[in-house]
Amino acid sequence: MKQITVTVNGQPHSAEVEPRLLLVHLIRENLNLTGTHIGCDTSSCGACTVLLDGKSVKSCTVLAVQANGKSVSTVEGLCAPGAALNPLQEGFKENHGLHCGFCTPGMMMRATELLEHNPDPTEDEIRWGISGNLCRCTGYNNIVKAILYAGAKMRGEEPASTEPQFV
Amino acid sequence: MWVASRELATRWCVANSRQALSLVLDKISTLVWCLIQPMTFKNMAKKLLGDPINRVDGALKATGRARYSADIKRPGMLHGVLVMSTIANGKITAIDTADALKVPGVVNVMSHQNAPKLAGMDKNKPSEIATDRVLHVFQDDLVHYNNQPIAMVLAETLEQATEGASLVRVTYQTQPVKLPLPAGKADMSTPKQMPRVDDQVDTKRGDLAAGLAAAINRMEETYTTPTMNHNALEPHALLAYWEGDKLTMYNATQGISGCQKRVAEIFGMPKENVRVITQFLGGGFGSKGTTFSHVMLAPMAAKLTGKPVRLVLKREQMFGMVGNRSATVQRLNLATGKDGKLLATAHHSITQTSDFDEFAEPAGTITRMLYACPNLDTTHKFIRANIGTPAPMRAPGEAPGVFALESAIDEMAAQLRMDPLAFRLANYAETDPNKDKPFSSKSLRECYRQGAERFGWSKRPAQPRSLKNGNYLRGMGMATTVYPMNRGESTALVRLKPDGTVQVETATQDLGTGTFTIMTQIAAEVFGLSPDQVTLSAGDSIYPTSSVSGGSRNTASTGSAVTQAAQEVLKKARQMALKDPKSPLFNVAEAEIVVQKGGQLQQKSNPKVGEALTSLLKRNGNKPLEATVQSKQGDEKGKYSMNAFGAVFAEVEVDELLGEVRVTRLLGSFAAGRIVNLKTARSQVLGGMVWAVSMALHEKTVFDPRNNRVMNANLAEYHVPVNADIQEIDGFFIEEADDIVNPAGVKGIGEIGVVGTVSAIANAIYHATGRRFRDLPITVDKVLA
Amino acid sequence: MKLFSYAQATKPADAVQLLGAQTQSKFIAGGTNLVDLMKYDVESPDRLVDISQLALTQIDATDKGLRIGALARNSDVAANALVMKQFPLLSEALLAGASPQLRNMATMGGNLLQRTRCHYFYDVSQPCNKRAAGSGCGAIGGYNRIHAILGSSPSCIATNPSDMNVALAALDAVVQVTGPNGSRSIPILDFHRLPGNTPQRDTVLEANELITAVDLPTTAIGGKSHYLKVRDRASYAFALVSVAARLAVENGVVRDVRIALGGVAHKPWRLPDVEKNMVGKPATETTFRSAAKALLAGAQPHEHNAFKIQLAENAIVRALQTVS
Repeated sequence: MKQITVTVNGQPHSAEVEPRLLLVHLIRENLNLTGTHIGCDTSSCGACTVLLDGKSVKSCTVLAVQANGKSVSTVEGLCAPGAALNPLQEGFKENHGLHCGFCTPGMMMRATELLEHNPDPTEDEIRWGISGNLCRCTGYNNIVKAILYAGAKMRGEEPASTEPQFV
Repeated sequence: MWVASRELATRWCVANSRQALSLVLDKISTLVWCLIQPMTFKNMAKKLLGDPINRVDGALKATGRARYSADIKRPGMLHGVLVMSTIANGKITAIDTADALKVPGVVNVMSHQNAPKLAGMDKNKPSEIATDRVLHVFQDDLVHYNNQPIAMVLAETLEQATEGASLVRVTYQTQPVKLPLPAGKADMSTPKQMPRVDDQVDTKRGDLAAGLAAAINRMEETYTTPTMNHNALEPHALLAYWEGDKLTMYNATQGISGCQKRVAEIFGMPKENVRVITQFLGGGFGSKGTTFSHVMLAPMAAKLTGKPVRLVLKREQMFGMVGNRSATVQRLNLATGKDGKLLATAHHSITQTSDFDEFAEPAGTITRMLYACPNLDTTHKFIRANIGTPAPMRAPGEAPGVFALESAIDEMAAQLRMDPLAFRLANYAETDPNKDKPFSSKSLRECYRQGAERFGWSKRPAQPRSLKNGNYLRGMGMATTVYPMNRGESTALVRLKPDGTVQVETATQDLGTGTFTIMTQIAAEVFGLSPDQVTLSAGDSIYPTSSVSGGSRNTASTGSAVTQAAQEVLKKARQMALKDPKSPLFNVAEAEIVVQKGGQLQQKSNPKVGEALTSLLKRNGNKPLEATVQSKQGDEKGKYSMNAFGAVFAEVEVDELLGEVRVTRLLGSFAAGRIVNLKTARSQVLGGMVWAVSMALHEKTVFDPRNNRVMNANLAEYHVPVNADIQEIDGFFIEEADDIVNPAGVKGIGEIGVVGTVSAIANAIYHATGRRFRDLPITVDKVLA
Repeated sequence: MKLFSYAQATKPADAVQLLGAQTQSKFIAGGTNLVDLMKYDVESPDRLVDISQLALTQIDATDKGLRIGALARNSDVAANALVMKQFPLLSEALLAGASPQLRNMATMGGNLLQRTRCHYFYDVSQPCNKRAAGSGCGAIGGYNRIHAILGSSPSCIATNPSDMNVALAALDAVVQVTGPNGSRSIPILDFHRLPGNTPQRDTVLEANELITAVDLPTTAIGGKSHYLKVRDRASYAFALVSVAARLAVENGVVRDVRIALGGVAHKPWRLPDVEKNMVGKPATETTFRSAAKALLAGAQPHEHNAFKIQLAENAIVRALQTVS
């Protein structure tokens, strides 16, 4: 067993864990933050994406002990309970970037880092930038729109219409 | 064109807590949607293209607070991890669990040697309905396929159970392996029935030989499609626990009521003793519509250990035990006479089933009805293979079958030097040639017209290989898409409260498609209310029995139940008004009373006369009015052919030297009756079209030819498109009024996006390269010139 | 996954010592490959020595070129200004690999040691000489679409899955390692092995050696470079075939060239003699295609991967055309 301290969404958590415990299970089972999902077990789908010291990583392929002394951000940290949604969450909700919702938290955490590095991404940059996150429902287009919407909001611009736009 | 959508904030309401376990997550056992903030409506008539309101569960999903089945916990819960077979055919001769049981925290290993015997095993036989499968529930020592569950390690933590499972040693006596298609040939036979029992297995119309003989042009080709696996992003998961003889399951299922029935049946217990709860589903695409083995194994383990058991399948375990799309080998013959009219069509399909159960992929059914053709044969056969039993997978039958048909149609158009769209129009079926019945509605011509116009089909040069973009050849293709209207039985309770709000109860689940949102919209529209005034209680078998979310049927089924129950309540209100001397509508004929915006009853011929539903109810005892309606198909089924239609247009670019294909544009036009919510509906068809990109270019389950083991049982090697694979893609709906199909007026949109799109892409690749690809998926190795 | 012990190293020498020579110990840095392999029970170490805190993340200019610390993250290396300016090929190859999330965790050293994606290697129920010496090769006679066409042996037809390694091969990288017996420098072409009779060994690295850095020498001749990756989907798939190409052309004549192939062998495939032969020849498709054929001479396909020969030839020509 190994004593670790991980700061999750700003709150430090100490725990004694087996070195084999995966970060995603620390988050879901020990901390009851079940918004981080597990889709594939092997870092192939991106559903478990969280930020580790500000960088998006796949928490199913990180050992909890590797996160010792580091900070982790999950979907639950994007906005306080009851508070207004942050621009990304709002973008996903308004643009129907979420469908079954299973990939959504991972998509948003990945997009958080993407927008931090590239506050005004092109559609193409978004498509390539979130290609480590699989979505099986939406066809991706509304997810791209959601991230464009969030980017515009964060830059203080008026986002494009959220109505379905047909050619 | 759109009514402005307004934000619909949602609030999570905890209700009906049966457990006094304040810190336990599973206490949220009932879904109740409370919508706040008003909506505006432009008109109160039944809208053909409904308001694109945001999902009622959007905020929950965007904040990570939506709970999926693997998120539920119970005190004292054990984690189960399955041990899977590593041979495809044979017998288990020994299971050595000694090392597994030595792992600290492991409490038991369940296998056929110690699993509880089930009282209803006589029901576990080759199924009569598509969603009831033979289940492997540790009652014998037989292995029928590789990666079959054969034991389950139970431990206090997932890590312990996982380690334990790796230490279970199994020895087998092996038998020769029956291969899947295309190599497999074992026990080829004609299936007894199709999944949709109304569909005939084989059909004959006219005289095929005479049609072929009379034809001027003929073609015959074979099309093949591979085995595929659903791979919803959410793994199959459940938590099961017993309280005395009562079983509760938080289960990721597309059919709460069906699951409840099937589990009760095989346990040999009354259905009332089984409670199934599905708060949220992370997709399913058919694989969660069937009750598969794991759904029985968790409650069995809970019984064996006396503790709640959580079982979450690993991704690699989802390649076998939870269904697959059958591979197909399909032979198509088309023959035409002068003017390009079809004179003969034959579609012979070979599919595969397991060696212990029967599922016949209905690949040829659409061919019977899509085009006018006097002489037509269709047949279905299947072979037996040592694989998990196939199951419905998004557009089962239609997706591989229409790939073959619409590729063949394109080939014939090319042979005739006719424009592919003109050829389809020349063979337009005005009535259903298979059933010899009129269509309840068919707006396919309009789909062709508007789709072609918006896509720019007229710019397509007739000659293949004539468009270029750098290293890429560019091509345009199109196809017809179609999906039958399916409707199951659903029951809904609708309660109009004196405060003017409405409560709806039904045991439906939301697969992710937007069902919870749509049901509130449907009920609201009947009463002239806004959706925020409707509360939906669903996701739990304590509510009235509901249909499966599969075969594009749930809105038609449960939506109709909600419509009818709401209309029944409204009828009661009308009668209450006309019998109430204090009502302005006293003695007005019932048919003269209509409901208007804001829940106002009024006299049709004199709109000034009327009153609010709230005042009527308050005056009449201040009690709610309610109705429960069981809704099912009536005699319209015998009189009409009911289908959604559409047209799909694709543009691709092909780099022949590197074998790469990219889909640069996809456009679908769809006529599917009434569309309840344009936002969720559009997402459904776009998602379906991306499924078609996946089927056309990516997906294939690969078996080792020596032992039928799936060699790409993970999401790194089983490819589905990533975002970079998807470029411009759009889908739109044609307004289509259909009062015949069902009370909700909807035809279903879950699969129609997939069906024709696969061949539209393949046809575009033909147009780009001049080469025809008849074997899916169209991958680098095949395209490479 | 079985229980194992975990120790954190703070200095390279400590890391090597912590690893020891006797136990089944492994270094872990980003863990993006190792942790997955542990989940599949392909790797079952008794002890993990976490080296992620070692001060080996620097990317520094040296008098001969660039030194990249073994623990520099793939994402940091790809975005590094020195790398992008002097060795854009490396940046391009890194960005063609995996996904942003994996690149955020994966390190230079870990990527060098990335293990094959052979299905039979990953599936412990199947024979694999690389995983379990002497158990046989499941891929031969099995499903072998992604497997090697060059340099394989009757005991193994696996490929090296890394994109980065292909670029490093074309860049004449040198791997710096340290161990109980001191430090040594290993040219990249000698670092990865062909399988022969001992496919369990991917590289010449000894079990108790630690990679500390990768050196990239500046070449006298500039020229252009390109990493071309052909795969089954646009992103997030392993290469069926990839080409790392560097080419300097003067007056239409090849002055200098490097061609490394990925997805075709147990190691990045480079034949310096073929490159030497190209020097002085016109930079035309004819020269490129004949070089491609020479690089692929002796290719031995298996049942499902014969397409790789034509694909590799076309990809080599295309990559060279892109930089000429």
